[in-house]
Amino acid sequence: HGPYQPHEPGYGLYLPGYSPYDDQIPDPKSRMLAIQNAKAYLLKSSTTSGLNLYDHLANMLTKILDEQPANAVDIIENISKDVKWAQFQKKMDTLRDEHEILPTFEAAEKHKALFLKANGEDEELEEEIGETPLPNVMETAFYFEQAGIGLSKDETYHIFLALKKLISVQPIQTCRFWGKILGLEMNYIIAEVQYHEGEEEEETEEEEVIEEGGTGMGEVEDEDEIEKEDKPLKSTYKPPPVIPKEENGTGANKYVYFVCNEPGKPWVKLPPVTPAQIVCARKIKKFFTGRLDAPVVSFPPFPGNEANYLRAQIARISAGTQISPAGFYQFADEEGDEEEEGEGGRDTYEENQDFQPLSVAEMVNSLSTWVHHIQSILKQGRCVWFNPFQKSEEEEEDEDEEEEKAEEPDELQQEIGPPLLTPLSEDEEMQNIPAWTAQASTNLIPQYAVAILQSNRWPGAYAFASGKKFGNIYFGWGHKYAPENHAPSLPPPVQAEYPRGPEVTETRDPTLEEELAFKAAKEEALAAAEEEEDEEDVEDDEEDEDD
Amino acid sequence: MEAASLPAALELAAGGGAGLSPEKRAVLGASLLLLQRDYRFERVWFWGCIQGVRGAYYIAEGLGPDRAAPRSRLYSLNCVEWSLLPPATQEMVAQAERLKGRFQGDPSFEYEYTEINAEDAERLFEDGEKPMIKEEARLVATVEQIDREVGIIPRGAFVKTPLGSVCENRNFEGLSLTEAKKLSSYFHFTEPVNLKNKTLLEKADLDPSTDFLDSLEHDIPQGKCS
Repeated sequence: HGPYQPHEPGYGLYLPGYSPYDDQIPDPKSRMLAIQNAKAYLLKSSTTSGLNLYDHLANMLTKILDEQPANAVDIIENISKDVKWAQFQKKMDTLRDEHEILPTFEAAEKHKALFLKANGEDEELEEEIGETPLPNVMETAFYFEQAGIGLSKDETYHIFLALKKLISVQPIQTCRFWGKILGLEMNYIIAEVQYHEGEEEEETEEEEVIEEGGTGMGEVEDEDEIEKEDKPLKSTYKPPPVIPKEENGTGANKYVYFVCNEPGKPWVKLPPVTPAQIVCARKIKKFFTGRLDAPVVSFPPFPGNEANYLRAQIARISAGTQISPAGFYQFADEEGDEEEEGEGGRDTYEENQDFQPLSVAEMVNSLSTWVHHIQSILKQGRCVWFNPFQKSEEEEEDEDEEEEKAEEPDELQQEIGPPLLTPLSEDEEMQNIPAWTAQASTNLIPQYAVAILQSNRWPGAYAFASGKKFGNIYFGWGHKYAPENHAPSLPPPVQAEYPRGPEVTETRDPTLEEELAFKAAKEEALAAAEEEEDEEDVEDDEEDEDD
Repeated sequence: MEAASLPAALELAAGGGAGLSPEKRAVLGASLLLLQRDYRFERVWFWGCIQGVRGAYYIAEGLGPDRAAPRSRLYSLNCVEWSLLPPATQEMVAQAERLKGRFQGDPSFEYEYTEINAEDAERLFEDGEKPMIKEEARLVATVEQIDREVGIIPRGAFVKTPLGSVCENRNFEGLSLTEAKKLSSYFHFTEPVNLKNKTLLEKADLDPSTDFLDSLEHDIPQGKCS
């Protein structure tokens, strides 16, 4: 293009008054003609887009003058692009605009539903608000917020209302916001709940019926097999005895858990946890996807889907990290029950009415001022040890008749875990990292500080205490802390299918030479045998002849 | 997060349960501005905090006129007094990768290597140069690694000027809903590695002023960001 810089030759010729033809155009009419020519040129429509430069420049300048952006000259190209783009948006379409149903609108609908009062609530119910199972979620959220832990206030309030809805639907005695577990696609919000006594019996009956039906079938099949003669070798594999899960309301199944993906969505009840699931969950490490029916693909294979895995992790986290200030809970004083409880230890506690809270400084400085108030889970997967080889008398007799006495494995040692209400100072450390980190929420205002504990074994578990109030919560991915990366266990070596013996072992087919040699040897033997017979016949004949 | 928009940004990022106490929030608003004044940064971003066993580190980053230039990082234990961190070197990163376990919370804590072969062990007792690594260096290396792996910006938020420096795009109004769901609308805010490997056809579609960084689409392993 033409010279724009002052040092380039020819600069200045384009400026008004310096054109080489200036002195040759004294005629104002020509000036007007030149202007009209220029304008006509600008009005020329582009062959590709149908726009013309004149209109475009006019639109652009209008926009700039309307909006008055700072440093307009720097972003002039972008403004030009925006104006051109705006042209296309205003085209009149023959199709009517279909309003997009954005997923954000649906989420907003659900949240709004939380805020509407249900029809069934009359004013009478409001008078009964003396003891409501609904926890004061906002209050606990306030204390945790002092430590920097927690969700945004909006989300906490939504969860508060969602819990209220849950309580109105289910017969619940106590309820607590347990925490939030993050997942890859969606998250889980978890509520820990205890039913009123006697509300849960229906479900357990159904499960028992199914189990009995299953074992009945198994016995019939065994008898059939023993009667048949020709059958493949019976494997000598005896699966380890199934350890039954704990009753609802005790041990690992003490609480019932409800989950939802977002406040506003319906609450789903998680099934009770079995010891096999806990044992397996200790060996695998999988992220949660957010869908309860997702399969858990792992080795060792997890017995269940994501709902079971979630329940197992919740049980482990609760057993490891639910703590309270020492003295808040105490054992109920009962006499004469020590023998029965000798194996499992005490598993009930009640609130101590005479609890005197310790100061925040004491709670922070020493870990022995905190205790676990949930039973820990043994290696077996239960809280109360179960001996699977203690069979009732009837069962032992039946088994003697049907099967041979297989070798009984060594008797299992009774597993004992730490008793309830053990102080945190007994928690074991990992690699010189204490199991818990204690801090006060603020060093600037120690009078109103809150004592905060973070777990190092289960990152994401927090507890606070302030005066008589305390609480536990979990925000995290649901996994234990492991200093090394997780390496899934390898499958065991391939098992032998059947005992090896000569009739089953493969041998090489004899080669041609071997076969010929064998045939020759056989013929020799035959020939030798015939000679002997001939001799015998001859002898017999001679004997006959003699006679 | 910018100091000015910290409270709003914290509300949005609070889904994971991690946040800041009101005390920290209040003090950050003031101390980040003072940082900007003292170090003459153009922008100061609050990077986040790393939890140690005994305390937490709060990290801030200061940016100059070129947003893609190496940033100065500062750390603090209480959000009031900040100390400048040395820039990260390859050596530091390599050493820190070998360390495992939590941060301690004390910047002068020295780590000892637990897995060293016999040759290094001799050196250990002679001169304590390499095998001991300070927690400060580990902090630098960790922050650098995290930034490299997950420092993400939406497409169009930054533009490259013809002079080579990167600055915010004043015309950026956010991503639309459909665009926000695609991984290709997000870039790593680091030196691009894969750009040169793209085919000519792909390069023709790129706009050199906005597409000068690696997108998230081709990250390995897939599903790293969702």
